[in-house]
Amino acid sequence: MGKTNLDEFAMGSGSTDGVFGPVKNPWSYSKQYREKKKQKPHGENEDTNWLITGGSSGGSAAAVSAFTCFAALGSDTGGSTRNPAALCGVVGLKPTYGLVSRHGLIPLVNSMDVPGILTRCVDDAATVLGVLAGHDCKDSTTVQDPVKSFILPSLTDVSKLCIGIPKEYLVPELSSEVQSLWSKAAKLFESEGAKVIEVSLPHTSYSIVCYHVLCTSEVASNMARFDGLEYGHRCDINVSTEAMYAATRREGFNDVVRGRILSGNFFLLKENYENYFIKAQKVRRLIANDFVNVFNSGVDVLLTPTTLSEAVPYVEFIKEDNRTRSAQGDIFTQAVNMAGLPAVSVPMALSNQGLPIGLQFIGRAFCDQQLLTVAKWFEKQVQFPIIQLQEIMGDCSSVFENDLASVSLKQ
Amino acid sequence: MWARAARRVLRAPGGGGRGFASKAGGGGVSAGGEAAPQERGRVPGDVIEHLERLALVDFGSREAVARLEKAVAFADRLRAVDTDGVQPMESVLEDRCLYLRPDNVVEGNCAEELLQNAHRVMEEYFVAPPGNITLPKLDEQELFSKS
Repeated sequence: MGKTNLDEFAMGSGSTDGVFGPVKNPWSYSKQYREKKKQKPHGENEDTNWLITGGSSGGSAAAVSAFTCFAALGSDTGGSTRNPAALCGVVGLKPTYGLVSRHGLIPLVNSMDVPGILTRCVDDAATVLGVLAGHDCKDSTTVQDPVKSFILPSLTDVSKLCIGIPKEYLVPELSSEVQSLWSKAAKLFESEGAKVIEVSLPHTSYSIVCYHVLCTSEVASNMARFDGLEYGHRCDINVSTEAMYAATRREGFNDVVRGRILSGNFFLLKENYENYFIKAQKVRRLIANDFVNVFNSGVDVLLTPTTLSEAVPYVEFIKEDNRTRSAQGDIFTQAVNMAGLPAVSVPMALSNQGLPIGLQFIGRAFCDQQLLTVAKWFEKQVQFPIIQLQEIMGDCSSVFENDLASVSLKQ
Repeated sequence: MWARAARRVLRAPGGGGRGFASKAGGGGVSAGGEAAPQERGRVPGDVIEHLERLALVDFGSREAVARLEKAVAFADRLRAVDTDGVQPMESVLEDRCLYLRPDNVVEGNCAEELLQNAHRVMEEYFVAPPGNITLPKLDEQELFSKS
């Protein structure tokens, strides 16, 4: 259907740093949000306090959230699909690394990137995954195991499930509303017979730092191909190749991208390589092992928050720089990318301000189907409300509610 | 049961976030990613120039250098982790064999299409400026760069 907006080169957690401008969260215009803010329903077109979508795949999340399409693709390197999914009230799936081909996805961090899937319900995400998953000879990091598309079973009995709650994910910055919804979700599983236990992922606090080093290092390498010679923007300087490359890259990359390239190059300098890059790779193994240990102890699925809070106004978000915001936005999501596991953000409920809050489920590697089965059960239990955009849509809203919520319902 | 554990963990003032211990027993790391002022190491000027030359990307401003310093200070937190005897992890699929295609040519022959992506071509060549001129140092660059 079309292309959507994002943070430039998928670097960011707000979708505010794109060359076409920032993305606005459709929930900014929803009846649910506006009623809580006590804004007049018509007129008063002061569009100054709109909310961010999260990012970096915010355009895709907004498109799905606003009923523009049934499904959209994003990328997920550190949470870039799950973060905007949670803030826009849609389902955001990050498949296991190696399950979906990265051919055609501009590489950011080759060892962590996956295409992400955004839909309004879990069944749709499973449908899209069934289409996309499987070996691609053009991406040698896709596994060769045969993959069949599947229909998710409707789980009725969760008594054999073991849900793990990682205690290190309870950070001081977590908003009390998200915390209480997380707790409520855990109790929901328990009350329906599932085993819910507290688990430990001891290296969680270092995960975001490790991600920062590995991400900037791989970015420094991946962005080196953009020199203007064979494709892309090229400036007019002709004195020398180096001068041309430097000016082209200065013109073509925004501050965020340039900052990451420079940081990455710093970590890759001969004198720093061992202490930063190799060190981060070692820490990555510790983090991946934390997950392996937890899953080996009998846990089927982990339940965590996706974001620290609901969507915030753009004017608030831009008060801090991209790196700081990314470190906050990715806090719960990036460890999953480092371990290569599947994870999905499912919208749970609206906040006191009428904005979506989502929770994240993390599954075992290549157990995407089981992960989505649990997510689907949860989705059915919580019955997340449909966005009400009547004031903008006019009379179309009833059509949306009945027919267009999910492609799966039409079958 | 979990409900009791939940009350303990999820209602603890300040959360359980500060309580976890890395092997080094470091204190809790906040989500903000901001280093305390005394943690910010200065990056020497010659390293800045070296980075600009390697990356072929310029800092552009004093703020950008400050951001690098903050990023480095943030990365320094990794020192607290004990990684003795741990092997670096390059890929999560390290236990699998990398797929190799059979060595048969199945696509290509699209020189015209590829050449159309480039700004400057001559016949079947990409045109580049002369390559054996090093990038001038910072102060000299003003003469060369477009304002």
